[in-house]
Amino acid sequence: MQRNLFLGVEAIGQAAIDAGISGVYAYPGTPSTEITEYIQNSKTAKAKNIHRAWSANEKTAMESALGMSYAGKRTMTCMKHVGLNVAADVFMNAAITGINGGMVVTVADDPSQHSSQNEQDSRFYGKFAMIPVMEPSNQQEAYNMTYEAFEFSEKTGLPVMLRITTRLAHSRSGVIQKQMIDENQLKLPENLMQFMLLPAFGRQYYQNLLDKQDWLLTLSEESKFNKYFEGKDKSLGIVCCGIAFNYLMENYSDGNCPYPIVKINQYPAPEKWIKKLENECDELLVIEEGYPLIEELLTDYFGKGKKVCGRLSGALPRKGELNPDHVAKALGKDNSVTIEIPGLIANRPPSLCAGCGHQETYFALNKVLEEFGDGRVFSDIGCYTLGALPPYNTINTCVDMGASITMAKGAADAGLAPVFAVIGDSTFTHSGITGLLDCVNENTNINILIVDNETVAMTGGQDSSAKGKIENICEGVGVQPEHIRLYVPLKKNHDQIIQIINDEIQFEGVSVIIGRRECVQRLSKIKKMNK
Amino acid sequence: MKTDIILAGVGGQGILSIAATLGAAALNENLHLKQAETHGMSQRGGAVVSHLRIADFPIWSDLIPFGSADLILSVEPMESLRYLPYLSSSGSLVTNTTEFKNITNYPKLEKTFQLLSSKLKIIKIDADKIAHEVGNPRASNMVMLGAASSFIDIDDEIILKGIETIFKSKGDKIVKLNIAAFEAGREFSSIQKK
Ligand SMILES: Cc1ncc(C[n+]2csc(CCOP(=O)(O)OP(=O)(O)O)c2C)c(N)n1
Ligand code: SF4
Repeated sequence: MQRNLFLGVEAIGQAAIDAGISGVYAYPGTPSTEITEYIQNSKTAKAKNIHRAWSANEKTAMESALGMSYAGKRTMTCMKHVGLNVAADVFMNAAITGINGGMVVTVADDPSQHSSQNEQDSRFYGKFAMIPVMEPSNQQEAYNMTYEAFEFSEKTGLPVMLRITTRLAHSRSGVIQKQMIDENQLKLPENLMQFMLLPAFGRQYYQNLLDKQDWLLTLSEESKFNKYFEGKDKSLGIVCCGIAFNYLMENYSDGNCPYPIVKINQYPAPEKWIKKLENECDELLVIEEGYPLIEELLTDYFGKGKKVCGRLSGALPRKGELNPDHVAKALGKDNSVTIEIPGLIANRPPSLCAGCGHQETYFALNKVLEEFGDGRVFSDIGCYTLGALPPYNTINTCVDMGASITMAKGAADAGLAPVFAVIGDSTFTHSGITGLLDCVNENTNINILIVDNETVAMTGGQDSSAKGKIENICEGVGVQPEHIRLYVPLKKNHDQIIQIINDEIQFEGVSVIIGRRECVQRLSKIKKMNK
Repeated sequence: MKTDIILAGVGGQGILSIAATLGAAALNENLHLKQAETHGMSQRGGAVVSHLRIADFPIWSDLIPFGSADLILSVEPMESLRYLPYLSSSGSLVTNTTEFKNITNYPKLEKTFQLLSSKLKIIKIDADKIAHEVGNPRASNMVMLGAASSFIDIDDEIILKGIETIFKSKGDKIVKLNIAAFEAGREFSSIQKK
């Protein structure tokens, strides 16, 4: 059998194609981005004309996926963990409507926050929505589970969450593919009111979801993805979720762990196996990548049950990504380090590329701020967030996509003047437009700098939904045309940029100042591709 | 057979071409492989690392445990020191000597390397210079791979086949230049070791 070296994310992309999807809907976000990129670059996907263009944000992506499912076809939507917050409304309600064509929601969590604002654990969302969650532990499982998740979704009538974390997403291994399944035919839902959540319908559908829960548990207990491994030494029983299983097994060179293990790859958690483990063993250790979801479930509130160890008990770190060494420690193994990191090693924080236009925006804005003092620049998420660090130290906030404009608005409402919002083109089209409308409707005294590098740079240079339309969008939303200003973020324009910003500070109302120059990385990427 | 390698560098230096070459070599040989990469934020000039594990038996963890890497292969000297806890007591360190200074507090490293050389096998190589001499300044990573090849438990011939696989699409000339770079690195290293 031919093996392909696939990143976890690539395995998922290929499996989705092989499982017969008719569309992937996504907004970029590390570590989920390359799933969609893989499908975009796939010749098969192109030949079959699978939908694969980027969506404006995660909510529009998931809603489009649900629409494709409505039409009877298989579809996947992908996002990073915080993207699921944006799509949470449709996500929670899609659990109630259920699906028609198989629908998989792939969410990539980022424990240790390698590239994220937080490390929230999407399994909680899965539990919250009461839908099945699959959590592979390696690349081949990622392929197999994705491949089967669509059928499982159709069988249960529910969207299925596929949850991965950064390490699996961005690690490569040999993967064997399965046969390609044909796409579904166009087919409307049998009940044309299935997706109608008027309360009278919604109540009934919610009841249906509740009624499915026992069945979902049985399916989990019978799933080939969940396993019970016998072990001779019953002093400890181990529950491993997803990739944590590898970190456990790494500690037993011959692959023979002496303790009984429940390996969880599918939720709801397989109660039968966990109860058997509890019954047989003196103590339990729960190893999970993310928040202590299972540990909390098993830990007895009144402290009367058997001892349960894990992230909550302190046996494992409370936060951050796990590794074999954390698990070794929890197992009481000696893994002291022989060579320490020399103390003189300096940190190397990420920084803006040489020649990046964002720098010029910040140098100019800093000059303007000299007059007014710091603490008034609300910003957002993207490469330009690096403007929080030296040598710029310009921006003060980065919370969630789009929050620059709306937080600046709130501060302006509170009386802070002048206030600035700095937002990227993709962030603006993701979640900035509605905030701008709020500002226009109330004639907020705000200066919005849209730093338009014509791409989604932070995540590797994907196509931005702005597509050169930012002025039109702003005008359409109601910004006065004379207060939509343009500059080119180049060193030679330093004085001009300062002048424009100062002019707009004078205006009491909504000003949008657009700095447009293509990201230099994107430029060289395009040059390379055209070679 | 098992080789655990920490590949280190700074975002943008292209350590993944080394990983891809070894990956192709391992796949050709039907070996097991896991290779964890750094994507995302750190690629903007931050520290990047790849854990590359090759074995003739199934590999569990995508991450190398502390104290068990056979080799640290770094395309930047300070970065070679950042991952020392991963190195096994019998492991080796091969590093490029060209410093990548995108920070203001870049330390002086000489003494540290001197101290370490009593405990470890260390090979320092000016890969950029050698790549230049070979006539392919962009192949310094293949010079590095050549310099490290004797510490990797895969035959050179197989690695060379990996280089071919990876650069094939760019034409014969590029394949040859990269092979020359690999060989120059190997040559340098074998003289150093004597
Ligand atoms: C809800 C959400 N989705 C996705 C991301 C990942 N992400 C971080 S920045 C960014 C896009 C930035 O693009 P842009 O605003 O154009 O700024 P640039 O990086 O190009 O400067 C994305 C997609 C996120 N942090 N949150
Ligand atoms: S990738 Fe583009 S936007 Fe990001 S720092 Fe580099 S040049 Fe600037």
